[in-house]
Amino acid sequence: MTVSAVFVSFSAPYQAHDHESASVDLDALAGCLSSSACLVTQTTSGLIIGMLLFLVAVGLTLIFGVLKIVNFSHGAFYMFGAYFAMTAYQLTGSFALAMLAGAAGTAILGLIFERVFMSRVYGADVLMQLLVCYAFVLIFDDVVRIIWGPEFKSMGMPSAFQVMPLFIAGGVVPPYYLLLIGVALVVAIVLGIGLSRSRIGKVVRAAAHNPGMVSALGINTGLIYGGVFALGGMLAGLAGALAAPVRSLTPGMGFSVLIESFIVTVIGGMGSILGALIGALLLGLIRSFGSLGFPLFTEGLMYLFMVIVLVSKPTGLFGKEAA
Amino acid sequence: MTRTRKPGISRRSTLALMGAGAMSVAAPWVARAQAKTIKIGMPTILSGRVAQLGTSSRNAVMLEVDKVNAAGGLAGRQIEMVIRDSKGQPQEAARVARELVNTDGCEWLIDGEASSGSFAVHEVARDLGVLCVHTCSEASSLTADPKQHIPNAFRCVRQGIHDSIVGGSYAASIAKAKGLKKWATCSPDYAYGRDTTGEFTLYLKRFAPDVEVISESWPKLFQPDYTEVVTKILQAKPQALYSCLWGGDLTSYIDQANIYAMFSQMEVFAVNMADYTALTVVKNLPKGIHSGNRYIKTFPATPENAAWGDAYKAKYNEYPTNWSWQNATAVMFLSEAAKKANSTDGKKIAEVLKGLTIKCPFGADGTVTMRADDHTLVGYAIGWGTTIPQEPYVPEVKAGDWKAIFELEAEWKKSKGYT
Repeated sequence: MTVSAVFVSFSAPYQAHDHESASVDLDALAGCLSSSACLVTQTTSGLIIGMLLFLVAVGLTLIFGVLKIVNFSHGAFYMFGAYFAMTAYQLTGSFALAMLAGAAGTAILGLIFERVFMSRVYGADVLMQLLVCYAFVLIFDDVVRIIWGPEFKSMGMPSAFQVMPLFIAGGVVPPYYLLLIGVALVVAIVLGIGLSRSRIGKVVRAAAHNPGMVSALGINTGLIYGGVFALGGMLAGLAGALAAPVRSLTPGMGFSVLIESFIVTVIGGMGSILGALIGALLLGLIRSFGSLGFPLFTEGLMYLFMVIVLVSKPTGLFGKEAA
Repeated sequence: MTRTRKPGISRRSTLALMGAGAMSVAAPWVARAQAKTIKIGMPTILSGRVAQLGTSSRNAVMLEVDKVNAAGGLAGRQIEMVIRDSKGQPQEAARVARELVNTDGCEWLIDGEASSGSFAVHEVARDLGVLCVHTCSEASSLTADPKQHIPNAFRCVRQGIHDSIVGGSYAASIAKAKGLKKWATCSPDYAYGRDTTGEFTLYLKRFAPDVEVISESWPKLFQPDYTEVVTKILQAKPQALYSCLWGGDLTSYIDQANIYAMFSQMEVFAVNMADYTALTVVKNLPKGIHSGNRYIKTFPATPENAAWGDAYKAKYNEYPTNWSWQNATAVMFLSEAAKKANSTDGKKIAEVLKGLTIKCPFGADGTVTMRADDHTLVGYAIGWGTTIPQEPYVPEVKAGDWKAIFELEAEWKKSKGYT
């Protein structure tokens, strides 16, 4: 193609930038709400964002509920989960093994981290705990930089999921996201039932309530603490592994997820699993529908919602009043 | 008996400090004039999200500096590079730049900062009067705006307005040929994203007046998830999409849009796609994405360019970036200017650099020029093409025409009140 063809016409006059981006576009939102195709697409889009967020936030809330520690380094487990999954996928080519590596790797890491470092600051000041966590945010980021390099990476979508998206009631739903939502749902159900019905769940809840008494009954609370921390880390790692095929991997990738997870736990109530689920789904839906109705205020909507919850119910939607 | 001293700084050390301070303020050039080696300072981004680009800048500079030193140096003086991390923060970039000159005794600066940092370093260069070559900032106003003009600063970088002119007209020709009237845009929500998208659509509409932008998305910079943006664009059903997302944001976006089969539903124009940092990372690169050239060793399709790309890869085990070729070109300019001036005096070099044309692997016609009136790089290879999922990634790049770019750039400068 010649240069003159690239420059098709010089005669047309300048046109002003006629499409100013509107900060509020309620027509688009109303139009979407009245169309089943849009409704399905945006709802699943919200569920995907929400479910990944739930996996990270539920670990955060579990650790807080039982260990009474605000794990500021939780985002690092999400990051490690993604990197472990990518490496396992590159080595084995198996998606299932990649997910397993992401979850198991971060569980082990969580256990070591809790036993070696966090267990030393349980009695300490909150500031001390925050400092230790923050130090590890930086250390973990640098560890990733040393092992995998500073540049961003991509795991790539496994070929089994490189298929045309499904069309449900006119809406577009990628099969991979159905799997993602399914896995997160199973986790939510297993966690919910496990904690309320199983013997281990009961012990964990008892340890959260009165660790001294549980210890006096001859139960190893250190083991419970380590186990809960490992479980929390594993859930974040699983979220990272599930996100790895669609999100780029970079040192520090856990940070933005961590901030949103904190919003989720604040909305849902610190320590509540149901709260984390509802909070995460609400945030996801706010993002997906907010981007239509309030394109320039989507982030702001999340914070606005958090403020409203905090003002009307300071303990969060499902949080318990402090004893 | 040991003497005890009150904590704090003693009178003696205060005097010593003041003396040292006065020395470094008053007489840095005395020390410089006697040095056999010439120190060139370089603030760039070596940590954080953009570290890869800063590292590739350092690599390219060192590749060229080694050549210059092996050939005898700059007017007989060996180059010693002093490269420091600015972490991508403008105030840190300014502090580092000042320190490089005042404390380390650097005589020139190569400014490897992104836009925000480069304006800060520019002010340091204005203040200290030191020779400064910007090598990474694409913001047009850095050299187009006469208020920014200083005699000792040059920009050896591709420029936003050039890219917009070439990209807008290329996209318009495709739009006309394929009847693409409904367009959507999706770009990061900060100065670069807003300006570049605005200029691109300006020229797109100028060349194809019946084009209409029906949907705009402005995701945050470094946003991890674009699902809501992807589905929003799908709802709008545009025929074409423009994006100036870059780096990891672009690859995330592609991975997420891919599973919605977005690339089969519209033509995609992603100006920053054809950069090895993105091309080699995306595992399922869709065929047929339109992109501007950033650095690609097959455009310009000359043995010199291919050899340079291969030499870089052989030394650093990865392909160069857009920032690499710009930094390499800066060293080539400085070396040629020192040869012509037979001196390393900053003022003399600046005089020679004005309007200097040098042979360069990245030139559209084998040469590039440092334009005299606004101290900016012109004549570099610039074009658009479509991607394929394996090397050479962008097999055919359609070159933009510099004559036309100059005409439209002059018009744009006028409309901005720069001339």
